[in-house]
Amino acid sequence: MTINMGPQHPATHGVLRVVLELDGEVIVKATPHIGHLHRGVEKLAETKTYHQVIPLTDRLDYTNAMGNNLGYVLAVEKLLGVEIPKRAQYLRVMMAELQRIAAHLIWLGTHALDIGAMTLLFYNFREREDVLRIFEEVAGGRLTPTYMRIGGVSKDLPEGVTEKIKGFVQAFPDHIKEYETLLTKNVIWLKRTKGVGIISKEDAINWGMTGPSLRGSGVKYDVRKAFPYSSYDEFNFDIPIGSTGDVYDRYIVRLREMEWSNAIVKQALERLPKGPIIANDPRITLPPKEDVTRDIASLIRQFKIVSEGFQPPKGEVYVSVEASKGELGYYLVSDGSNKPLRMRIRPPSFLNLSALPKMIEGSLIADVISAIGSIDIVLGEIDR
Amino acid sequence: MGIETYLEKTPFMPALDYIVNWGRKYSIWPVTFGLACCALEMIVTSSGTWDIARFGSEVFRPSPRQSDLMIVAGTLTKKMAPMVKRIYEQMPEPKWVIAYGACACSGGVFKTYSVVQGVDQILPVDFYVPGCPPRPESLLTAIVKLQKKIEKETLANRKNVRSTIELK
Amino acid sequence: MAEVNLAVKKLQEKFPTSVSEVKTFRDEVNVTVQKKDIFEICKFLYSDPDLQYQMLTDLCGVDFFPESPRFEVVYLLYSMTKQQRLRLKVKVGNSESVSSVESIWKAADWLEREVYDLFGISFDNHPDLRRILLWDGYEGHPLRKDFPVEGPDFDKPFVPEV
Repeated sequence: MTINMGPQHPATHGVLRVVLELDGEVIVKATPHIGHLHRGVEKLAETKTYHQVIPLTDRLDYTNAMGNNLGYVLAVEKLLGVEIPKRAQYLRVMMAELQRIAAHLIWLGTHALDIGAMTLLFYNFREREDVLRIFEEVAGGRLTPTYMRIGGVSKDLPEGVTEKIKGFVQAFPDHIKEYETLLTKNVIWLKRTKGVGIISKEDAINWGMTGPSLRGSGVKYDVRKAFPYSSYDEFNFDIPIGSTGDVYDRYIVRLREMEWSNAIVKQALERLPKGPIIANDPRITLPPKEDVTRDIASLIRQFKIVSEGFQPPKGEVYVSVEASKGELGYYLVSDGSNKPLRMRIRPPSFLNLSALPKMIEGSLIADVISAIGSIDIVLGEIDR
Repeated sequence: MGIETYLEKTPFMPALDYIVNWGRKYSIWPVTFGLACCALEMIVTSSGTWDIARFGSEVFRPSPRQSDLMIVAGTLTKKMAPMVKRIYEQMPEPKWVIAYGACACSGGVFKTYSVVQGVDQILPVDFYVPGCPPRPESLLTAIVKLQKKIEKETLANRKNVRSTIELK
Repeated sequence: MAEVNLAVKKLQEKFPTSVSEVKTFRDEVNVTVQKKDIFEICKFLYSDPDLQYQMLTDLCGVDFFPESPRFEVVYLLYSMTKQQRLRLKVKVGNSESVSSVESIWKAADWLEREVYDLFGISFDNHPDLRRILLWDGYEGHPLRKDFPVEGPDFDKPFVPEV
């Protein structure tokens, strides 16, 4: 029997279509069909200047907007060879880790909702509102902040935000304990997640999986430790790994990651250095607004940067960051003009999802929902 | 059509209209149709801080046959368009459509080869909510305005209602 | 850096005619190889005990219209044990095809389908080469440079077939 788990489904986390061939209730073959959200971001980026691409990257993996921005901006900075001031690097780390917490909260709420535990959705979205309020004060947007700029960040922390962040960081570990009391030793949760959706270490590496889905199988690979960027090597954190590679292990890995992200934000807040928030390079950064209205050189500089952009040297770079889903990479090819020749986005959920048939063949139909929820896909990133 | 054609000129009609519209406007059940980023703001509207259940949308039904509102939240691509049309046709009368977000209103940032420039190219839309993404309060405003629109509807002239008109 | 130079050295020893260019830009090593040897080279990089590139991080295509050969397929490999990245590039002409590396790394399955869908480059020995992001029956390959961003039929009204 063939069943179509269609694009409009409350548990597919977006527009994903999975065609399942069944034998009774056991799955014989599963084929995911993607592309229902293909918006042509890579083609669109070839028609815009390097600055104008930053808002497009927000909308890729919409649960992790700050992380996407960070990856793109780091790639352009590597292409140009620009130094970033320390305060900007710490602010970037703080915002990226807060965004990771928000993304994992969405994952936990929707995953638990699919399996049946509806209370967690409301608790998680309540915590997420605190994070989004911080983003709104700092960057101006809730879901699509577009906070990072080439050379640094766009705005400094306003008055009163440090207290809010401190309050959030203090209260968050208690909330994680709340979630653990609801789920970790719950008999129903254990029965539905232990031994489900198993993928072995070698298979996971061969299928190109990264992120918590790979770490649940026991591989200690995290881009923040392997190729440190934006002064992550000055922070003190550990990488949780699982052992068997089933849904339960990935759940534990993400919970511990939330705790470590909380610790990183605390460290960043305590040690935040003073200084400029954007590099002082006249080719790429806008001059202060007061100067633009007063002298002609700043006006010309502002005009040239906004209308034409800058021309980076010819070459190509690949930079990856640890997004909440895995290794998000940006491959930029430049031919010396003010628009990128090719911007390729290496989406972590794309490769994680391609391993889904391997995970669920031979299991029951109810396990498909647990498995899809545990690999944490976002269709905006898969289809771009 | 039914009993309305007999009651059209009688004094019972306005009272019947009032009661039926009162029932319809305070229990609008949306169908889950989140496509992209705006879907997250829609889910947030249904959770604790901006509770949509106090306006009558108690549950988001997964099946279109049990709902009367379709909130198209997110970018509509040409690959997904036939499915949207099919789901819209599966919904029973009376039904309304809200285009939530810039991409659903007119294509948004994405003027590319695979994006439909606005949901109104294939569906009749009642309310457009602009923003990228719009705040949850905008969705609540759209629901309140929809309630006011439903108040003014009457059972008599259903044959002129937009969803029965063929879209060219 | 030392390990990447080791990989380049070993490649130049084992496949001297294949390696056509080695460039370093911003601490990243790019090795251009001949199209006919790509499967052998990948197998060697995967199985050699000193190199062990077990993970295919990315596979993508680039269009250099109007240069010739027009396309370039880029492989980004990662070795988990040595923590090193390596980029391999292959130049492909307009209607030529490349042999698939899906039997070495399963990750190449969907990645090669995407390159076929968006550029039109076919891969030999791929188990299931069909469109993945666009729908079946779509004509044209969008990421080519001569394809307009808005698509060829932007001004015609859109009618979905239900």
